[in-house]
Amino acid sequence: MNQIFTIAGTVMTIHLPAELDHHSSEQIRTEADRLIRTRNIRSLMFDFGGTSFMDSSGIGMILGRYKMMRFMGGNVLAIRVGEQMRRLLTLSGIYKVIDIYEGLPQQSGLY
Amino acid sequence: MQQNEMKLEFDSRSCNESFARVTVAAFLTQLDPTLEEVADVKTAVSEAVTNAIIHGYEGRIGKVVILCRLEDRELYVEVRDSGKGIEDVARAMEPLYTTKEECDRAGMGFAFMEAFMDSLEVESELGRGTCVKMRKRIARENRQERS
Repeated sequence: MNQIFTIAGTVMTIHLPAELDHHSSEQIRTEADRLIRTRNIRSLMFDFGGTSFMDSSGIGMILGRYKMMRFMGGNVLAIRVGEQMRRLLTLSGIYKVIDIYEGLPQQSGLY
Repeated sequence: MQQNEMKLEFDSRSCNESFARVTVAAFLTQLDPTLEEVADVKTAVSEAVTNAIIHGYEGRIGKVVILCRLEDRELYVEVRDSGKGIEDVARAMEPLYTTKEECDRAGMGFAFMEAFMDSLEVESELGRGTCVKMRKRIARENRQERS
């Protein structure tokens, strides 16, 4: 799966890489911001399904996109979040502002 | 008592961040750590190396040096750069404090290092560089649990 961004209507999913650090976060953020602006994205989903490593650079990238989405009146969620990634999202306090799902949020009707 | 040491030197390029933390993690496997301990160390090393690259050298290419020592059940890691140094170390270590907010920096680097390691010491001199020293004890019970 090489596709990082998938868009369905106004929902964009970012399929995060195996390791979300400063290097990979930088590669994601420019393109993510361009798509959010140009494609009228209202919901942003970070898919952690294939991610086993993250550091504070990943947290910073997610927070930055969160601020942007909120400014535009949209919402952000994290899906397929495993134990290790949940620890980091909790420690960083990010769980307070974005919804975190272990699986896929079926109630949202997105899948 | 057994001691084992290794030293790693590499260019301050972001593509080396992953190389650095994986190498330290590989060296650590001798102590038979749990997956969680490995993840903790990888995150802490990644934070220190990223700081050296982003803040120490600010995009310039210099050398980052990691010194790693295993002593009994303890891991000692030192991440050193010869970059610009930190003006106010205490301030830099405050959670959420960052000098590069526009670059999406969360200001959590040192907080993560503190959270995931047992001890953290930061030495810095303006114009000379920064050295981050971290220690972590790897629990002995790990082995028994698994066997």
